[in-house]
Amino acid sequence: MELISGGDMLVRALHEAGVEYVYGYPGGSLLHVYDSLYKQSAVKHVLVRHEQAAAHMADGYARATGKAGVVMVTSGPGATNTITGIATAFTDSIPMVVISGQVMSHLVGDDAFQETDMLGVSRPIVKHSFAVRRPEDIPEIVAKAFYIASTGRPGPVVIDIPKDMTMPNERYEYVYPKKIKMRSYTPPQRGHSGQIKKAVELLLAAKRPVIYSGGGVIIDGSSDKLRALVDRLNFPCTNTLMGLGAYPGTGERFIGMLGMHGSYEANMTMHNADVVICIGARFDDRVTNATNKFCPDAKIIHVDIDPSSISKTIIADVPIVGPVGAVLDEMMALLDEAGETPDAEALETWWKQINEWRERHGGRYEKNDSQLMKPQEVIEAMWTATKGDAFITSDVGQHQMFAAQYYKFDKPNRWINSGGLGTMGFGFPAAMGIKMNFPDDMVVCVTGEGSIQMNIQELSTCLQYGIPVKILCLNNGSLGMVRQWQDMNYEGRHSHSYMESLPDFVKLVEAYGHVGIRVTDRDQLPQALEDTFGKYNDRLVFLDVAVDETEHVYPMQVPTGSMRDMWLSKTERT
Amino acid sequence: MRHIISILLENEPGALSRVVGLFAQRGYNIETLTVAPTEDETLSRMTMTTTGDERKIEQITKQLNKLVEVVKLVDLSEGPHIERELMLIKVKAIGAQRAEIKRTADIFRGQIVDVSPSVYTIQLTGTSDKLEAFIESIGAGCVLETVRTGVSGIARGEKVLSL
Repeated sequence: MELISGGDMLVRALHEAGVEYVYGYPGGSLLHVYDSLYKQSAVKHVLVRHEQAAAHMADGYARATGKAGVVMVTSGPGATNTITGIATAFTDSIPMVVISGQVMSHLVGDDAFQETDMLGVSRPIVKHSFAVRRPEDIPEIVAKAFYIASTGRPGPVVIDIPKDMTMPNERYEYVYPKKIKMRSYTPPQRGHSGQIKKAVELLLAAKRPVIYSGGGVIIDGSSDKLRALVDRLNFPCTNTLMGLGAYPGTGERFIGMLGMHGSYEANMTMHNADVVICIGARFDDRVTNATNKFCPDAKIIHVDIDPSSISKTIIADVPIVGPVGAVLDEMMALLDEAGETPDAEALETWWKQINEWRERHGGRYEKNDSQLMKPQEVIEAMWTATKGDAFITSDVGQHQMFAAQYYKFDKPNRWINSGGLGTMGFGFPAAMGIKMNFPDDMVVCVTGEGSIQMNIQELSTCLQYGIPVKILCLNNGSLGMVRQWQDMNYEGRHSHSYMESLPDFVKLVEAYGHVGIRVTDRDQLPQALEDTFGKYNDRLVFLDVAVDETEHVYPMQVPTGSMRDMWLSKTERT
Repeated sequence: MRHIISILLENEPGALSRVVGLFAQRGYNIETLTVAPTEDETLSRMTMTTTGDERKIEQITKQLNKLVEVVKLVDLSEGPHIERELMLIKVKAIGAQRAEIKRTADIFRGQIVDVSPSVYTIQLTGTSDKLEAFIESIGAGCVLETVRTGVSGIARGEKVLSL
């Protein structure tokens, strides 16, 4: 029987859980573990410059691969610096395992140096958490953490490890469990057949149906099944911000994103529908607008793996608790069995109406006569330059919405953004986590001059590990979304939304050893993009593009209105 | 409406804080809460009373069920059940009052468990309503101190909350 230390156990268990990279930052409580990392090569560690970025890197990896990302940080400030990253993952149901060091067990509760009650601090934003109390439990706790993080509705799991659990000279038997079974945790494996049958009947009888799908479809790896259902039924499909790419953005039946900045046609289709099937989404307030005016004529079918998401904000007529993939399989089988098709005539009328809505707005914006670009055209140019096939991460604000609206995602797992929590500073480290695991793919972080500065220190990490992500900064010299709301609701009083002392980003990234390109004129953009993805393909490129600071994101739903109440431009309202 | 939610919980450190935290974090109301280990030492049994409309209670039970340490959960108010709460109450008992309080305690099937020249300590068990009725009967003015355990509940008949 081989006996090993707690530190070695942790690293070996991570390897057995299939971990290739951990993102982290060492410190006192974790030094034994870092020594264990040093002595092996199977699990590689990436040293960030701020722990928040470690969490976002792990998160980006998880969103692109569907596997749990791993974060390793020391006690106290190391642990608390990950909180925003954990909350970001929690809100968007992203699998993540966070290993936080803790002070020696006998010091816990004594306000020791770098002691924080990490379990207490993180409790509201984790799916579950563990404290290690016996070193020999480490392998089982690690296995359980990965199981909980990545099954059911995924989420972050924290493992808090006091330093004395990892002592190099105290050795124990290492047993990694082959199978995890927990009496108190059994995620649903399939939906209720009776309910699924009811849903199929409702879908077949629908005259004005719409399929509204969200991040759950992507998390479950069920985009193909969604596509098959949409195409089989010939129904319009809209995706949430989290669900973009589940149905192809260039697909004929795709009517765009829905919600606050959703397309005119998506929001009109939702409002006028008689049957709405929501698949793997949660009727977020940024989708529904005022819930009492939401889809007044619609029967609601709601498919979600988390029962607490169902009838939380919008009451479901047909609730189905289960994994999206299994439910869609059963729906398809029932459709095959029934051999029925939806009312073709009604659908033709419905599609004619939807196409009229498409004509009315269809993502229109007006370019300036001058060389100063609108942010939308920069995104469109980048879409062309990357052939629509890049991983796009974003930060939060106007640039995020423009990227969501104008980059047509044809594949799932390619649009990586902090949809639920809205975390500025997310995009760049997330892009790094993706690029390290997909070195041959184009990875672009769409950001603004506000957001990028929230984790800009990671330029140093990129140099150390050679991570050639591309940063597309839509620089309007202000916090664009804040400014937009101030324009619309505060008579243009731009209270603290103006970034008065911006750095010279080109010089800044050059100081970090990368390539910076400043674009001020429309004519310069094609060459800059060509260089970014061509000449400088193996370098990190910071593309600092000046855009019109007066531009707003439209459509924009009118507060307290229904889904169809929108501003379509600064002067036009539905 | 008031609901009595009964939970079997993994008997682990931190489990209780997760339940309580959930209520604080989601703005739910806890009126009473009792918790103790069961005959199976790996499990704790928790009873909590809370108020809310049907939708709120549905959310509360769903959110509780999501906690990894919650093994089983039942809303006792959905069926016939027994609820009990224990109260220790210290009351001023001087002169003629002493006999009157003793009589009232007897009517409520309370026991005087401690006596001093001017104070009775009475133990009383029953539904929360009964405990409140007792306080009303003796008059809030003579109450010096009360301590209540919160509600414990169990379903009537064959129905059992176990693994």
